[in-house]
Amino acid sequence: MTFLKRSPWILHYDASSCNGCDIEVLACLTPLYDVERFGIINTGNPKHADILLITGGINSQNRPVVRNLYEQMPEPKVVIAVGVCAATGGIFRECYNIVGGIDKVIPVDVYVPGCAARPEQIIDGVVKALAILEEKREKMTGEARHAAEAGEST
Amino acid sequence: MNGIVGAVLFLILAPLAGGLIAGIDRKITARMQGRVGPPILQPFYDVGKLFEKESVVVVTAQNFYVVAYLVFIALSGAFFFAGGDLLLIVFAFTLAHVFLVLGAYAVHSPYSHIGAERELIQVMAYEPMIILAAVGLYMVSGSFYVADMAATTVPAILYLPGVFLGLAVILAIKLRKSPFDISTSHHAHQEIVKGITTEFSGPTLGQIEIAHWYENIFLLGLVYLFFAWNPVIGVVAVAVTYVAEIFIDNVTARVRWQTALKGGWLAALLGIANLAILSYMMIGGA
Repeated sequence: MTFLKRSPWILHYDASSCNGCDIEVLACLTPLYDVERFGIINTGNPKHADILLITGGINSQNRPVVRNLYEQMPEPKVVIAVGVCAATGGIFRECYNIVGGIDKVIPVDVYVPGCAARPEQIIDGVVKALAILEEKREKMTGEARHAAEAGEST
Repeated sequence: MNGIVGAVLFLILAPLAGGLIAGIDRKITARMQGRVGPPILQPFYDVGKLFEKESVVVVTAQNFYVVAYLVFIALSGAFFFAGGDLLLIVFAFTLAHVFLVLGAYAVHSPYSHIGAERELIQVMAYEPMIILAAVGLYMVSGSFYVADMAATTVPAILYLPGVFLGLAVILAIKLRKSPFDISTSHHAHQEIVKGITTEFSGPTLGQIEIAHWYENIFLLGLVYLFFAWNPVIGVVAVAVTYVAEIFIDNVTARVRWQTALKGGWLAALLGIANLAILSYMMIGGA
Protein backbone atom coordinates (compact mmCIF):
# COMPACT_ATOMS: atom_id res chain seq x y z
CA MET A 1 0.00 0.00 0.00
CA THR A 2 1.43 3.32 -0.98
CA PHE A 3 0.19 6.53 0.55
CA LEU A 4 2.45 8.95 -1.28
CA LYS A 5 0.24 9.47 -4.31
CA ARG A 6 -2.85 9.90 -2.17
CA SER A 7 -1.37 12.77 -0.21
CA PRO A 8 0.91 14.98 -2.31
CA TRP A 9 1.70 18.26 -0.58
CA ILE A 10 2.73 21.08 -2.84
CA LEU A 11 5.19 23.90 -2.42
CA HIS A 12 4.46 26.73 -4.83
CA TYR A 13 7.25 29.15 -5.71
CA ASP A 14 7.17 32.13 -8.05
CA ALA A 15 10.62 32.36 -9.67
CA SER A 16 10.09 35.76 -11.37
CA SER A 17 6.92 34.79 -13.17
CA CYS A 18 4.56 37.54 -14.40
CA ASN A 19 2.04 36.19 -11.83
CA GLY A 20 -0.26 34.85 -14.56
CA CYS A 21 0.57 31.20 -13.91
CA ASP A 22 0.54 31.78 -10.14
CA ILE A 23 -3.04 32.95 -10.25
CA GLU A 24 -3.92 29.79 -12.19
CA VAL A 25 -2.08 27.67 -9.61
CA LEU A 26 -4.09 29.26 -6.81
CA ALA A 27 -7.27 28.83 -8.88
CA CYS A 28 -6.75 25.07 -8.47
CA LEU A 29 -7.40 25.47 -4.74
CA THR A 30 -10.71 27.31 -5.18
CA PRO A 31 -14.08 25.54 -4.82
CA LEU A 32 -14.35 25.23 -8.64
CA TYR A 33 -11.34 22.90 -9.00
CA ASP A 34 -10.75 21.98 -5.33
CA VAL A 35 -7.56 19.92 -5.57
CA GLU A 36 -7.92 18.96 -1.90
CA ARG A 37 -10.27 16.27 -3.31
CA PHE A 38 -7.07 14.40 -4.21
CA GLY A 39 -5.44 15.09 -0.86
CA ILE A 40 -3.36 17.90 -2.36
CA ILE A 41 -2.43 20.58 0.16
CA ASN A 42 -0.65 23.83 -0.62
CA THR A 43 2.01 24.03 2.06
CA GLY A 44 4.40 26.93 2.55
CA ASN A 45 7.11 24.75 4.00
CA PRO A 46 9.67 22.95 1.77
CA LYS A 47 10.28 20.40 4.55
CA HIS A 48 6.66 19.27 4.35
CA ALA A 49 6.41 19.29 0.57
CA ASP A 50 6.50 16.43 -1.94
CA ILE A 51 6.01 18.45 -5.13
CA LEU A 52 7.70 21.73 -6.05
CA LEU A 53 5.36 23.67 -8.34
CA ILE A 54 7.43 26.43 -9.81
CA THR A 55 6.59 29.22 -12.25
CA GLY A 56 8.71 31.77 -14.13
CA GLY A 57 12.10 31.69 -15.80
CA ILE A 58 14.30 32.27 -12.69
CA ASN A 59 16.40 35.42 -12.51
CA SER A 60 19.90 35.77 -11.07
CA GLN A 61 18.54 36.88 -7.70
CA ASN A 62 16.26 33.93 -6.97
CA ARG A 63 18.53 31.29 -8.44
CA PRO A 64 20.07 30.39 -5.03
CA VAL A 65 16.59 30.49 -3.45
CA VAL A 66 15.28 27.88 -5.89
CA ARG A 67 18.28 25.65 -5.25
CA ASN A 68 17.85 26.05 -1.49
CA LEU A 69 14.13 25.22 -1.56
CA TYR A 70 14.79 22.15 -3.68
CA GLU A 71 17.50 20.89 -1.38
CA GLN A 72 15.37 21.36 1.74
CA MET A 73 12.64 19.06 0.44
CA PRO A 74 12.91 15.50 1.81
CA GLU A 75 13.09 12.63 -0.71
CA PRO A 76 11.16 11.44 -2.67
CA LYS A 77 10.31 14.70 -4.44
CA VAL A 78 9.36 15.91 -7.91
CA VAL A 79 9.52 19.29 -9.65
CA ILE A 80 6.81 20.63 -11.98
CA ALA A 81 7.67 23.60 -14.19
CA VAL A 82 4.42 25.47 -14.81
CA GLY A 83 4.09 27.73 -17.85
CA VAL A 84 6.25 28.38 -20.86
CA CYS A 85 8.62 30.69 -18.95
CA ALA A 86 9.42 27.88 -16.51
CA ALA A 87 10.10 25.59 -19.47
CA THR A 88 12.29 27.83 -21.62
CA GLY A 89 12.19 31.41 -20.32
CA GLY A 90 9.29 32.27 -22.66
CA ILE A 91 9.06 35.85 -23.86
CA PHE A 92 11.54 36.88 -21.17
CA ARG A 93 14.16 34.50 -22.51
CA GLU A 94 16.38 37.23 -23.98
CA CYS A 95 16.33 39.42 -20.83
CA TYR A 96 19.78 40.04 -19.34
CA ASN A 97 18.80 38.74 -15.89
CA ILE A 98 16.74 35.66 -16.85
CA VAL A 99 18.35 32.25 -16.52
CA GLY A 100 15.82 30.77 -18.95
CA GLY A 101 14.00 27.72 -17.61
CA ILE A 102 13.85 25.88 -14.31
CA ASP A 103 15.92 22.95 -15.63
CA LYS A 104 18.96 25.23 -15.86
CA VAL A 105 19.08 25.23 -12.05
CA ILE A 106 17.32 22.10 -10.71
CA PRO A 107 16.14 18.85 -12.36
CA VAL A 108 12.55 19.09 -13.66
CA ASP A 109 10.25 16.07 -13.92
CA VAL A 110 7.12 17.50 -15.56
CA TYR A 111 6.66 20.47 -17.88
CA VAL A 112 3.22 22.09 -18.05
CA PRO A 113 3.01 24.31 -21.15
CA GLY A 114 0.84 27.38 -21.63
CA CYS A 115 0.85 31.14 -21.19
CA ALA A 116 -0.72 31.11 -18.74
CA ALA A 117 -1.08 27.38 -18.01
CA ARG A 118 -4.75 26.51 -17.40
CA PRO A 119 -5.81 24.98 -14.06
CA GLU A 120 -6.90 21.77 -15.84
CA GLN A 121 -3.42 21.45 -17.33
CA ILE A 122 -1.78 22.10 -13.98
CA ILE A 123 -3.90 19.39 -12.31
CA ASP A 124 -3.03 17.04 -15.18
CA GLY A 125 0.66 17.86 -14.65
CA VAL A 126 0.36 17.05 -10.95
CA VAL A 127 -1.30 13.70 -11.76
CA LYS A 128 1.60 12.88 -14.13
CA ALA A 129 4.05 13.91 -11.40
CA LEU A 130 2.40 11.47 -8.96
CA ALA A 131 3.39 8.54 -11.17
CA ILE A 132 7.00 9.77 -11.20
CA LEU A 133 6.88 10.35 -7.45
CA GLU A 134 5.78 6.75 -6.93
CA GLU A 135 8.58 5.53 -9.19
CA LYS A 136 11.13 7.49 -7.15
CA ARG A 137 9.75 6.13 -3.90
CA GLU A 138 10.09 2.55 -5.14
CA LYS A 139 13.64 3.25 -6.23
CA MET A 140 14.42 4.85 -2.87
CA THR A 141 13.04 1.99 -0.74
CA GLY A 142 14.68 -0.52 -3.13
CA GLU A 143 18.05 1.15 -2.68
CA ALA A 144 17.60 1.24 1.09
CA ARG A 145 16.81 -2.49 1.07
CA HIS A 146 19.86 -3.28 -1.08
CA ALA A 147 22.06 -1.19 1.20
CA ALA A 148 20.72 -3.01 4.26
CA GLU A 149 21.33 -6.39 2.62
CA ALA A 150 24.82 -5.38 1.58
CA GLY A 151 25.46 -4.21 5.14
CA GLU A 152 24.41 -7.59 6.52
CA SER A 153 26.59 -9.60 4.12
CA THR A 154 29.79 -7.68 4.87
CA MET B 1 -9.35 -3.79 36.31
CA ASN B 2 -11.84 -1.64 34.41
CA GLY B 3 -9.27 1.10 34.48
CA ILE B 4 -6.64 -0.96 32.66
CA VAL B 5 -9.17 -2.00 30.01
CA GLY B 6 -10.12 1.65 29.47
CA ALA B 7 -6.48 2.70 29.13
CA VAL B 8 -5.62 -0.09 26.69
CA LEU B 9 -8.75 0.59 24.61
CA PHE B 10 -7.79 4.28 24.50
CA LEU B 11 -4.23 3.57 23.39
CA ILE B 12 -5.45 1.31 20.56
CA LEU B 13 -8.67 3.00 19.44
CA ALA B 14 -7.93 6.70 19.98
CA PRO B 15 -5.62 7.07 16.93
CA LEU B 16 -8.28 5.39 14.76
CA ALA B 17 -11.12 7.51 16.13
CA GLY B 18 -8.97 10.65 16.17
CA GLY B 19 -7.95 10.22 12.53
CA LEU B 20 -11.52 9.54 11.51
CA ILE B 21 -12.75 12.65 13.32
CA ALA B 22 -9.99 14.68 11.63
CA GLY B 23 -11.21 13.35 8.26
CA ILE B 24 -14.83 14.22 9.00
CA ASP B 25 -13.63 17.62 10.21
CA ARG B 26 -11.92 18.30 6.87
CA LYS B 27 -14.97 17.10 4.95
CA ILE B 28 -17.37 19.34 6.91
CA THR B 29 -14.96 22.27 6.55
CA ALA B 30 -14.83 21.72 2.78
CA ARG B 31 -18.64 21.58 2.54
CA MET B 32 -18.92 24.79 4.55
CA GLN B 33 -16.62 26.42 1.98
CA GLY B 34 -18.62 25.02 -0.96
CA ARG B 35 -15.97 22.42 -1.88
CA VAL B 36 -16.12 18.64 -2.28
CA GLY B 37 -13.29 18.02 0.13
CA PRO B 38 -10.86 15.14 0.61
CA PRO B 39 -11.89 11.52 1.38
CA ILE B 40 -12.80 10.79 5.01
CA LEU B 41 -9.66 8.63 5.33
CA GLN B 42 -7.37 11.43 4.11
CA PRO B 43 -5.64 11.99 7.51
CA PHE B 44 -4.55 8.32 7.49
CA TYR B 45 -3.16 8.71 3.95
CA ASP B 46 -1.29 11.82 5.09
CA VAL B 47 0.30 10.16 8.11
CA GLY B 48 1.06 7.01 6.07
CA LYS B 49 2.76 9.23 3.51
CA LEU B 50 4.80 11.00 6.17
CA PHE B 51 6.18 7.66 7.36
CA GLU B 52 7.20 6.86 3.76
CA LYS B 53 9.26 10.03 3.45
CA GLU B 54 12.95 10.53 4.10
CA SER B 55 13.72 11.50 7.68
CA VAL B 56 15.47 14.87 7.67
CA VAL B 57 16.81 15.77 11.10
CA VAL B 58 18.48 19.07 11.91
CA VAL B 59 19.28 18.34 15.57
CA THR B 60 18.89 14.84 17.05
CA ALA B 61 17.32 16.26 20.23
CA GLN B 62 14.24 17.44 18.32
CA ASN B 63 13.10 13.87 17.62
CA PHE B 64 13.61 12.85 21.23
CA TYR B 65 11.34 15.69 22.39
CA VAL B 66 8.66 14.74 19.88
CA VAL B 67 8.66 11.13 21.10
CA ALA B 68 8.33 12.47 24.67
CA TYR B 69 5.41 14.66 23.50
CA LEU B 70 3.66 11.67 21.94
CA VAL B 71 4.27 9.44 25.00
CA PHE B 72 3.01 11.99 27.53
CA ILE B 73 -0.08 12.88 25.47
CA ALA B 74 -0.91 9.17 25.13
CA LEU B 75 -0.21 8.67 28.84
CA SER B 76 -2.44 11.51 30.02
CA GLY B 77 -5.24 10.23 27.76
CA ALA B 78 -4.73 6.67 29.05
CA PHE B 79 -4.94 7.89 32.67
CA PHE B 80 -8.12 9.74 31.76
CA PHE B 81 -9.84 6.71 30.26
CA ALA B 82 -8.56 4.56 33.14
CA GLY B 83 -10.56 6.88 35.43
CA GLY B 84 -7.50 8.42 37.10
CA ASP B 85 -6.95 11.67 38.96
CA LEU B 86 -7.94 14.58 36.69
CA LEU B 87 -5.36 16.96 38.21
CA LEU B 88 -2.52 14.52 37.47
CA ILE B 89 -3.88 14.15 33.94
CA VAL B 90 -3.95 17.91 33.39
CA PHE B 91 -0.35 18.27 34.56
CA ALA B 92 0.92 15.38 32.42
CA PHE B 93 -0.95 16.95 29.51
CA THR B 94 0.80 20.29 30.05
CA LEU B 95 4.19 18.58 30.38
CA ALA B 96 3.62 16.98 26.97
CA HIS B 97 3.23 20.40 25.36
CA VAL B 98 6.35 21.65 27.11
CA PHE B 99 8.24 18.84 25.32
CA LEU B 100 6.83 19.94 21.97
CA VAL B 101 7.93 23.52 22.65
CA LEU B 102 11.42 22.32 23.66
CA GLY B 103 11.60 20.31 20.42
CA ALA B 104 10.81 23.41 18.39
CA TYR B 105 13.38 25.46 20.36
CA ALA B 106 16.07 22.80 19.81
CA VAL B 107 16.40 23.86 16.17
CA HIS B 108 17.95 27.17 15.15
CA SER B 109 15.14 28.35 12.94
CA PRO B 110 13.37 31.70 13.41
CA TYR B 111 10.01 30.33 12.24
CA SER B 112 10.25 27.37 14.57
CA HIS B 113 11.11 29.73 17.45
CA ILE B 114 8.17 32.05 16.75
CA GLY B 115 5.90 29.01 16.66
CA ALA B 116 7.34 27.75 19.96
CA GLU B 117 6.83 31.17 21.62
CA ARG B 118 3.25 31.28 20.42
CA GLU B 119 2.67 27.74 21.65
CA LEU B 120 3.88 28.83 25.10
CA ILE B 121 1.45 31.75 24.98
CA GLN B 122 -1.32 29.32 24.07
CA VAL B 123 -0.40 27.12 27.04
CA MET B 124 -0.59 30.23 29.27
CA ALA B 125 -3.97 31.09 27.75
CA TYR B 126 -5.66 27.72 28.23
CA GLU B 127 -4.00 26.42 31.39
CA PRO B 128 -6.10 28.38 33.98
CA MET B 129 -9.34 27.35 32.32
CA ILE B 130 -8.50 23.66 32.05
CA ILE B 131 -7.62 23.54 35.78
CA LEU B 132 -10.87 25.37 36.60
CA ALA B 133 -12.74 22.72 34.62
CA ALA B 134 -11.16 20.05 36.84
CA VAL B 135 -12.07 22.03 39.99
CA GLY B 136 -15.64 22.57 38.77
CA LEU B 137 -16.15 18.89 38.07
CA TYR B 138 -14.72 18.15 41.54
CA MET B 139 -17.22 20.52 43.20
CA VAL B 140 -20.12 18.78 41.48
CA SER B 141 -19.04 15.15 41.84
CA GLY B 142 -17.04 15.42 45.09
CA SER B 143 -14.02 13.65 43.64
CA PHE B 144 -11.05 14.39 41.41
CA TYR B 145 -11.17 10.89 39.94
CA VAL B 146 -12.52 10.69 36.40
CA ALA B 147 -14.18 7.35 37.23
CA ASP B 148 -16.32 9.07 39.91
CA MET B 149 -17.06 12.06 37.67
CA ALA B 150 -18.27 9.73 34.91
CA ALA B 151 -20.42 7.74 37.37
CA THR B 152 -22.10 10.75 38.98
CA THR B 153 -25.87 11.14 38.57
CA VAL B 154 -25.70 14.93 38.94
CA PRO B 155 -26.08 16.81 35.63
CA ALA B 156 -22.80 18.75 35.87
CA ILE B 157 -23.62 21.04 32.94
CA LEU B 158 -26.55 22.61 34.88
CA TYR B 159 -24.17 23.60 37.70
CA LEU B 160 -21.26 24.56 35.45
CA PRO B 161 -22.58 26.39 32.37
CA GLY B 162 -19.93 29.12 32.73
CA VAL B 163 -17.12 26.58 33.12
CA PHE B 164 -18.37 24.70 30.07
CA LEU B 165 -18.50 27.87 27.93
CA GLY B 166 -15.00 28.75 29.08
CA LEU B 167 -13.82 25.27 28.16
CA ALA B 168 -15.44 25.65 24.73
CA VAL B 169 -13.36 28.81 24.16
CA ILE B 170 -10.06 27.16 25.04
CA LEU B 171 -11.08 24.07 23.06
CA ALA B 172 -10.56 26.21 19.95
CA ILE B 173 -6.96 26.75 21.09
CA LYS B 174 -6.43 23.08 21.85
CA LEU B 175 -7.95 21.82 18.59
CA ARG B 176 -5.70 24.31 16.74
CA LYS B 177 -8.64 26.12 15.20
CA SER B 178 -9.31 29.73 14.25
CA PRO B 179 -9.40 32.32 15.74
CA PHE B 180 -6.66 30.93 18.03
CA ASP B 181 -4.52 28.87 15.64
CA ILE B 182 -1.52 31.13 16.15
CA SER B 183 1.33 28.65 16.71
CA THR B 184 0.66 26.48 13.66
CA SER B 185 -2.19 25.97 11.28
CA HIS B 186 -3.82 23.33 9.14
CA HIS B 187 -4.89 25.97 6.66
CA ALA B 188 -2.96 27.85 4.03
CA HIS B 189 -1.82 30.65 6.35
CA GLN B 190 1.90 30.85 5.76
CA GLU B 191 3.12 34.02 7.41
CA ILE B 192 5.32 32.05 9.83
CA VAL B 193 5.79 29.17 7.35
CA LYS B 194 4.36 26.40 9.55
CA GLY B 195 5.16 27.74 13.00
CA ILE B 196 6.02 25.16 15.62
CA THR B 197 6.09 22.25 13.13
CA THR B 198 8.27 24.02 10.54
CA GLU B 199 11.42 22.02 11.26
CA PHE B 200 9.72 18.65 11.73
CA SER B 201 9.29 16.56 8.62
CA GLY B 202 8.55 13.02 7.52
CA PRO B 203 8.07 10.42 10.30
CA THR B 204 8.54 13.01 13.07
CA LEU B 205 5.69 15.13 11.71
CA GLY B 206 3.64 11.92 11.52
CA GLN B 207 4.22 11.38 15.25
CA ILE B 208 3.06 14.93 16.02
CA GLU B 209 -0.08 14.27 13.99
CA ILE B 210 -0.82 11.03 15.88
CA ALA B 211 -0.24 12.84 19.20
CA HIS B 212 -2.78 15.42 18.06
CA TRP B 213 -5.34 12.67 17.42
CA TYR B 214 -4.80 11.29 20.93
CA GLU B 215 -5.15 14.80 22.29
CA ASN B 216 -8.45 15.45 20.49
CA ILE B 217 -10.03 12.26 21.83
CA PHE B 218 -8.92 13.14 25.36
CA LEU B 219 -10.41 16.65 25.03
CA LEU B 220 -13.70 15.30 23.71
CA GLY B 221 -13.71 12.95 26.71
CA LEU B 222 -13.35 16.00 28.96
CA VAL B 223 -16.35 17.62 27.24
CA TYR B 224 -18.32 14.40 27.78
CA LEU B 225 -17.77 14.56 31.57
CA PHE B 226 -20.08 17.59 31.73
CA PHE B 227 -22.93 15.45 30.36
CA ALA B 228 -21.90 12.13 31.92
CA TRP B 229 -25.16 11.62 33.83
CA ASN B 230 -26.83 10.64 30.53
CA PRO B 231 -24.57 8.90 27.96
CA VAL B 232 -26.89 9.61 25.00
CA ILE B 233 -27.04 13.33 25.71
CA GLY B 234 -23.29 13.16 26.40
CA VAL B 235 -22.38 11.77 22.97
CA VAL B 236 -24.74 14.20 21.20
CA ALA B 237 -23.30 17.11 23.18
CA VAL B 238 -19.73 16.11 22.23
CA ALA B 239 -20.71 15.98 18.54
CA VAL B 240 -22.52 19.33 18.70
CA THR B 241 -19.56 20.96 20.47
CA TYR B 242 -17.14 19.69 17.85
CA VAL B 243 -19.26 20.84 14.90
CA ALA B 244 -19.65 24.23 16.60
CA GLU B 245 -15.84 24.46 16.82
CA ILE B 246 -15.57 23.67 13.10
CA PHE B 247 -18.15 26.36 12.37
CA ILE B 248 -16.27 28.95 14.45
CA ASP B 249 -13.05 27.86 12.70
CA ASN B 250 -14.61 28.71 9.34
CA VAL B 251 -16.28 32.02 10.18
CA THR B 252 -13.49 33.68 12.15
CA ALA B 253 -10.13 35.10 11.15
CA ARG B 254 -6.96 34.41 13.10
CA VAL B 255 -6.35 36.91 15.95
CA ARG B 256 -3.12 38.32 17.37
CA TRP B 257 -1.49 36.55 20.29
CA GLN B 258 -2.53 39.33 22.70
CA THR B 259 -6.19 38.71 21.88
CA ALA B 260 -5.72 34.95 22.18
CA LEU B 261 -4.23 35.37 25.66
CA LYS B 262 -7.01 37.74 26.75
CA GLY B 263 -9.60 35.39 25.28
CA GLY B 264 -8.25 32.44 27.28
CA TRP B 265 -8.16 34.43 30.52
CA LEU B 266 -11.62 35.96 29.98
CA ALA B 267 -12.86 32.39 29.62
CA ALA B 268 -11.13 31.61 32.93
CA LEU B 269 -12.87 34.62 34.56
CA LEU B 270 -16.19 33.25 33.36
CA GLY B 271 -15.27 29.92 34.94
CA ILE B 272 -14.23 31.59 38.23
CA ALA B 273 -17.53 33.53 38.37
CA ASN B 274 -19.40 30.29 37.83
CA LEU B 275 -17.46 28.52 40.59
CA ALA B 276 -17.90 31.47 42.99
CA ILE B 277 -21.68 31.39 42.58
CA LEU B 278 -21.66 27.61 42.92
CA SER B 279 -19.64 27.64 46.15
CA TYR B 280 -21.88 30.43 47.56
CA MET B 281 -24.92 28.25 46.86
CA MET B 282 -23.25 25.23 48.47
CA ILE B 283 -22.30 27.16 51.62
CA GLY B 284 -25.91 28.38 51.75
CA GLY B 285 -26.94 24.77 52.25
CA ALA B 286 -28.31 24.12 48.78
